Amino acid sequence: MTEIVLMRNFSNPDSHTLGAYRSAGGYAAWDNARRMEPAAITEEMKKSNLRGLGGAGFPTGTKWSFIPKTHTGPVYLVVNADEGEPGTFKDRYLLERDPHALIEGMLIAARAIRCTHAFVYIRGEYVEPWRRFGAAVKEAYDAGLLGRGLDIVVHRGAGAYICGEETGLLSSLEGKKGWPKIKPPFPAIKGAFGQPTIVNNVETLCCVPPIITRGAAWFAGLGTKTQGGTRMYSVSGRVKKPAVYEATVAITLRQLIEMAGGVSGTGRLKAVVPGGGSAAILTADEIDVTMDVDGLKAAGSMIGSAGVMVMDESVSIPEALMVLARFYAHESCGQCTPCRESTGWVYKMVHRIVERRGHKDDLDTILDVAKRGGGTTICAFYDGAIGPYISYIEKFRSEFEALIPHA
Amino acid sequence: MSQRQSAPTTPIAFSEAQLGEVRRLQSLYPDARGALLPVLHMAQETFGYISLEAEEYVATLFDLSPAHVHEVVTFYTLYFRERPGRHVVAICHNLSCHLAGAPGILEHAKRRLGIEAGETTPDGRVTLQAVECLCACEAAPMAQVDDRYELNLTPEKIDRLLEGLR
Repeated sequence: MTEIVLMRNFSNPDSHTLGAYRSAGGYAAWDNARRMEPAAITEEMKKSNLRGLGGAGFPTGTKWSFIPKTHTGPVYLVVNADEGEPGTFKDRYLLERDPHALIEGMLIAARAIRCTHAFVYIRGEYVEPWRRFGAAVKEAYDAGLLGRGLDIVVHRGAGAYICGEETGLLSSLEGKKGWPKIKPPFPAIKGAFGQPTIVNNVETLCCVPPIITRGAAWFAGLGTKTQGGTRMYSVSGRVKKPAVYEATVAITLRQLIEMAGGVSGTGRLKAVVPGGGSAAILTADEIDVTMDVDGLKAAGSMIGSAGVMVMDESVSIPEALMVLARFYAHESCGQCTPCRESTGWVYKMVHRIVERRGHKDDLDTILDVAKRGGGTTICAFYDGAIGPYISYIEKFRSEFEALIPHA
Repeated sequence: MSQRQSAPTTPIAFSEAQLGEVRRLQSLYPDARGALLPVLHMAQETFGYISLEAEEYVATLFDLSPAHVHEVVTFYTLYFRERPGRHVVAICHNLSCHLAGAPGILEHAKRRLGIEAGETTPDGRVTLQAVECLCACEAAPMAQVDDRYELNLTPEKIDRLLEGLR
């Protein structure tokens, strides 16, 4: 039985209020952290093995330490609450049910990086989470937790998946279309409004208060050798109990599917997307993998945002790829040619295959374009698209071929 | 285009109180332009949609070119460039919802409303959209109806929802 860290307050119907958060021990970590040296807080994060839970899995303490020591101007903390990865819904729960955990995590992070002005970028469609979080920020101001060393601006996006990519998010925050920027310079050197900026995911920052209260060693001990803690898995698709589940990062995909009540539909597993739409698909034989960053990397996929989408034997894999290909075609920001052109064409080709109008060489064309385009674009969006293109076709090729006349 | 050329029903200008709110929003960012998206949300709530005239008006509030504002408005999906229906029904058609029967839900809504996704009913009551993941996959298939998430949809639930929209 995994210890519940992030969802510890969810069963209380008033968990979003300051009173409930405080009576559950909330803001005690901030009381400790405000007496710690900033560098000591960052050191604690490094020792905890906390890794970013938004998608990239980068070690959080290491990221914080990239802020130039000699910088004398403003430093910004930007929270990425632009949840949009297909199959992911954990940050919505945190914003609605434990907004003060995020605020407390921000207070501690801001002290570590010497930031006095922070932004929370919430996706435009999340109206209720935006209201809930905004109300919590107001409570925190009224209680004197904010406004005395840290100000938080709650910023609503306007509908664009690409703004979940950190440099696209920063462009959007600056009042522009959400076009990603070339790295380097990384945001820690030159980010929001040209200043050093740390961009962290909601869930990542919610891990920070418990690490301060209970210690880095405790948090590290919850996970694997290279990643500490528990995390929230969004489990959906063909399972009996779709929901968000908290478990150690060392859980296996098989165990997680069992937690979610097992496979629904035919009851026989065909495939699983382990880490959001952009993760390579795994077959039913590949689910004894651990759900940490390195475990899934070794399995040729990625944990990403931990959005797990389960498919039973009745699911058409070509149709599933068509749905995702439509998504990538719609959401490509259009800045880089390989992404803009390929996402559109791949969708058209997979669509015609599903409609039994595919051409004999379509599959090889898609694989060729996908393999040559990887790593050629400004951001990771296109790399995220080719994960499904390649894995769905290579692992389920006969299913695609069966739909193509004269294949 | 005809809709855009017709005279707007609301004059394109914020009230004094709204202009105060614009200045407050602009003061929250190190560069006032950071408030562009929030002010465009305000403009849409006030004027119903973001016409070319509204883009030009917002541009003057930021000392930006109308072209910059147009580029921003057209980049994001939540800004309407033509007046939408009084209610917007956005049905998710991404993977988890697809696996839970979203195509049938979308077809049902199209038949009930007599329009395609992307269209508005002739009486201006409902705009129907097919949208990408709204991140409520645990309750698929789902839709966003105006500000609310409507979960675990069935054809019957869609009927009840549509009947409730006036």
